[in-house]
Amino acid sequence: MNVLQLEKVRKTYQNHVAVDEVSFSVPEGSIFGLLGPNGAGKTSLIRIITTITRADSGVIYLNGDQLNGSHPTQIGYMPEERGLYKKMKVGEHLTYLARLKGLSKKEAKTQIDYWLEKFEIQDWQKKKVEELSKGMQQKIQFIATVVHQPKLLILDEPFSGLDPINTNLIKDEIRELRKKGASIIFSTHRMEQVEEICERIVLINQGKNVLEGNVKDVKNQFKEHLYRIEYDGELPSNINIGDGLIKQEEEAIIVKIDNERDSNLLLSQMLQSGTHIRLFQEILPSLNEIFIKQVGSN
Amino acid sequence: MNNLWLIIQREYLTRVKKRSFILMTILTPIIMVAFIVIVGFIFAYQGDKTRIAVKNDSDIKVVLPSQGSKTVFVNKKEHLDTLKNNYKESDFDGVLYIPPVSNMNNDWHVQYFSEQQLSLVIKENIEGKIAKQLRRYKIKALNINEKDLANIENTNVALDETNLSINEAGELEEKETKNSAAIATILGTIMGFMVYIVLFVYGMMVMRSVMEEKMTRIVEVMISSVKPFELMLGKIIGVGGVGLTQFLIWGILGTGLLFVAQFFMPEIDPSQIDMANAPSATDMDDMQAKVYEVMELVSEQNWGLIFFSFIFYFLGGYFLYASLFAAVGSAMGDDLGEGQSLTLPITIPIILAIYIMFAVINNPNSTLATWSSIFPLFSPIVMPARIPFEPAWWELGLSMIVLLATSIFFVWLSGRIYRVGILMYGKKVSLKELGKWMFYKD
Repeated sequence: MNVLQLEKVRKTYQNHVAVDEVSFSVPEGSIFGLLGPNGAGKTSLIRIITTITRADSGVIYLNGDQLNGSHPTQIGYMPEERGLYKKMKVGEHLTYLARLKGLSKKEAKTQIDYWLEKFEIQDWQKKKVEELSKGMQQKIQFIATVVHQPKLLILDEPFSGLDPINTNLIKDEIRELRKKGASIIFSTHRMEQVEEICERIVLINQGKNVLEGNVKDVKNQFKEHLYRIEYDGELPSNINIGDGLIKQEEEAIIVKIDNERDSNLLLSQMLQSGTHIRLFQEILPSLNEIFIKQVGSN
Repeated sequence: MNNLWLIIQREYLTRVKKRSFILMTILTPIIMVAFIVIVGFIFAYQGDKTRIAVKNDSDIKVVLPSQGSKTVFVNKKEHLDTLKNNYKESDFDGVLYIPPVSNMNNDWHVQYFSEQQLSLVIKENIEGKIAKQLRRYKIKALNINEKDLANIENTNVALDETNLSINEAGELEEKETKNSAAIATILGTIMGFMVYIVLFVYGMMVMRSVMEEKMTRIVEVMISSVKPFELMLGKIIGVGGVGLTQFLIWGILGTGLLFVAQFFMPEIDPSQIDMANAPSATDMDDMQAKVYEVMELVSEQNWGLIFFSFIFYFLGGYFLYASLFAAVGSAMGDDLGEGQSLTLPITIPIILAIYIMFAVINNPNSTLATWSSIFPLFSPIVMPARIPFEPAWWELGLSMIVLLATSIFFVWLSGRIYRVGILMYGKKVSLKELGKWMFYKD
């Protein structure tokens, strides 16, 4: 079951196509990476999903229903550019945002107390937003996004302005929310974070869907069949690598082996030669490399 | 609808609870009343006590009242030269010498001897008092009937107006009109000016608030929960409520304070106010009659209509202009100066309206008055000013309908600009661009 499904979604502004027939789906209970360079159309796409704007054509399903005006209460959106009312008190502010998402006063209080306690920041309740540091405000933003227990969370650069400790704190919360049944769309430029957190990704460039799939599959799709082998001493002379040798270092080689069976063959040959092998590893491209390659080639 | 209510509440409460709002709202009337009281005290200030020895050599019985005022007159029998030499020892500030009346035609000179000059007020006081006694003396001496003289002196002409109209039966009907123009002018000017202030102050407040939300990127968070139109409308209504609250508090507090302040006002000695022509008994009656007439005219005003139409034009004008200010605010960047080209088209009609209002007050039934009080960009300021002059019913009705329709239309129109503007960054926007936004699809 997909929590979100987009079919040929298209959105044009005056003279340019922001989203060009984009289709992808987000499986329920997954952490999904929405990637793309600046100006690729990610924000336009997110605004369509959060019903801020409407697509010119195409269909969007949320939990199997076509997207409609009641859906925002099921979505929690944390925009990249985000702010809070500086003069409001933290507690009041959170209550306000929670109630706009349809929570009653009582429900809002329960949820807010839960989260403030969880982050151990109960004493911020009465503080004004302007008294908080940027990182503290980000935490409040996060709580505001999840306070109504949305089925779908859309986080746009959620870690910007957070120190490593708080980044981990939020990461853990994201994972825990997923465990509780929420699905998360995660948009960022930080590829190492995507690799760490996301299971599936979609890459958008110039409004178009460039690639989509499981992180593992995507990596496999772009792998160059390179292997790194590290060993003690000299490379055995009986081993035939042919023109597959890409690079030779001291006690290490990088070879290109197009066929997976050949890699097993090479490994067994090396074992038979009695060489002590320290490492035999297929080199998979990082998402960063794939990203740059895909976006650059367009 | 629920969200709209929440937004209105927030916009209203955060402003009303602000310390600056509370101070402003409560302190303004207090400062105003304190100002009036202080001015009263200043005017009532008579300086230090002045003691004057009076040597009267004339056969006029000059009575210079000393009670209540700070100037004390004491009649002395001693010779003038003795007084001149000794006045200081007897604790006097000076000697007033009234010589015998020598002739009936020329000015009569009395003399004051002292080291210090008399203040103008005391000088005029003495001159006025003595002139009055002299007048009485002359009337007696010349054998003139005092009543006849008063009759000649009180020569006034009053112009009575009679309003002609054709009644339902087609007959000419005459109705005496009270001389209420002065009161209508004052009342009209106050009302027109109040609406003018409201449009500017609260319109700008809406604009600044929209800009702030855009610049601090709060809108990005908000519009994932609420529709931009709800956010705009909620803000306009919330701020409008703040305005009404402020006016209400000022009204109540102002009236109450003025009432209380009466007891603190210094008593102004009537003889000090206008000593040269201190009102005679007949003058007093006259003044009382005038005050009574004014009171009657004030109470004769159609207060129900005035109050209702003031609130109507207050709200109608506010919604019309505040929505325009909101639209412009949504299109602005950080730079307020840059936004001037956008605010100018809104502020010009408001300023024009106040000028038209001043012209209309003088000619409340002119063609300009009729049409400017129907044109919706001017009517919120011009019409309230005309209300005390009792404009025709059809004019009032048409004006209200046009304003209501235009306000609703402008709120809708501004909503369409606003929803595009709040998400548009880093672009210098022209008026033409704003116009295009109206036709953007969602």
